[in-house]
Amino acid sequence: MKKSLICVSCPLGCPIEVEIENGEVVAVTGNTCKRGDAYARAEITNPVRSLTTSVKVENGMYAVVPVKSSGPVPKDKMFDCMKKINAVTVKAPVKIGDVVIENILDLGVDIIATNCDPGI
Amino acid sequence: MLNYDLVVVGGGPAGMAAALKAKEEGVEKIVILERAQTLGGILEQCIHTGFGLHYFGEELSGPEYAGRFIELVEKTDIDVFTDTMVLNISDSKVVTAVNNNEGLMQFQAIAVVLAMGCRERPRGALSIAGSRPSGIMTAGTAQKYVNIDGYMPGKKVVILGSGDIGLIMARRMTLEGAEVKVVCELMPYSGGLTRNIVQCLDDFGIPLRLSCTVIKTHGKERLEGVTIAKVDERLQPIPGTEEYIECDTLLLSVGLIPENELSKDVGVELDRVTSGPVVDEYRETLKPGIFACGNVLQVHDLVDYVTEESQIAGKGAADYIFGKKKGGTFINTKGIDGVRYIVPQRVNIEGTEKLKLYFRVGQVYTGAKVVVECDGEILSSRKKVKLAPGEMENVVITPEMLAKMNENSEITVRIEQ
Repeated sequence: MKKSLICVSCPLGCPIEVEIENGEVVAVTGNTCKRGDAYARAEITNPVRSLTTSVKVENGMYAVVPVKSSGPVPKDKMFDCMKKINAVTVKAPVKIGDVVIENILDLGVDIIATNCDPGI
Repeated sequence: MLNYDLVVVGGGPAGMAAALKAKEEGVEKIVILERAQTLGGILEQCIHTGFGLHYFGEELSGPEYAGRFIELVEKTDIDVFTDTMVLNISDSKVVTAVNNNEGLMQFQAIAVVLAMGCRERPRGALSIAGSRPSGIMTAGTAQKYVNIDGYMPGKKVVILGSGDIGLIMARRMTLEGAEVKVVCELMPYSGGLTRNIVQCLDDFGIPLRLSCTVIKTHGKERLEGVTIAKVDERLQPIPGTEEYIECDTLLLSVGLIPENELSKDVGVELDRVTSGPVVDEYRETLKPGIFACGNVLQVHDLVDYVTEESQIAGKGAADYIFGKKKGGTFINTKGIDGVRYIVPQRVNIEGTEKLKLYFRVGQVYTGAKVVVECDGEILSSRKKVKLAPGEMENVVITPEMLAKMNENSEITVRIEQ
């Protein structure tokens, strides 16, 4: 079986063809780099995405501070992660790189702040 | 009157990169004037990742990308005024600005860098029937509400325009619990990056309708729904294809316009296609000592290229301040046969360094050639797998090519199928 994908690893967006036999990836073509190969394999077996959103800040200069997952999370866990993140409030001051949620949902990735808020 | 060597108008990625480059080149007194509360510009609300792949070799979010430059600015003695609105730039390079603390201020500059960025095309620029209920806004406004103010502007959303901001906001609104019903695109192709269609729409099952537009809004106080319709090759709605979609929010992602009010007031000549200043390869406008870079000069798709362009402007401004800027013989560049515009519009044929001409095409091409020509001679010809209006391209001009030109030469870039 053949499956066509568009790589999302970078803005280039390579069209990739994956050949699957008995549920296993036997060939990947169309990618221009190694990341494309890895993306295609993951997309068939366990699709993942990096997650960016925001969390509420207490005493902040702004109402929310942006966060990202330190690594990709399974695609079907994105909304579960969102629920968890939206239940959290951090206290200003916040710095870039601060861990907001450690090992979210036991996925092995942290939720980290991507902007600073010096507070009021 | 405050005296500065360089006044930079705008503290986004363009302004910061230009100021830092000028500092590196030895310019002493530099000030950045920024309208918002902090440096960083539009990157502050672009919390998704994908920034910095070219410049830093890693994938950063908007605030992280901006953060790296803010940190560098803070390490220098570059003065920064935030919450400060520039009102006017005079012919003699007096920059008038105002803020809450200092009131009216005047800065006498030797050189000025214009880095005001761009703004979104609003509803008023489109002809959509209907009254003016709340719930209709640009995608960037919604992005600010959600990502800066922590406020969700609606629950059921229709997005008009499939540029990257529209696509990014489709995902953002969905993640925060809204239902994005459809993204309509007037053109037969999307203006956004393919990866964004995959990870912002396909991932969430949001339909993208090409050759489709919003023709009417419904509701008086609050938006209640929109009527969409298919369009023909002339982009006119096709009678009989109308469809009503219930929604409380309509996001518009229908183009960006460089913000050049200040440039026009001081008499800087603008390019009719880019709506940005006409510049030479040092990014100097036709007004000596006034430079432009970033989205005020041309709308970019990648901030990495904004940084690159702004460093050129910063270097140009420094050379001007030190009286080192080369005079020379300037000739025009011109985009034809599918090439909509070229920046820079003017090139010094006495230049001794390699330079890049940036351009955009008017439609999607596959397997076409980009041909650079001057005085009937082909300077370069390169085949491209894909060319699309949403992606800025460039061609390289070498000093050897320039050496063969004279004051009547013109460099053209065209697409050959």
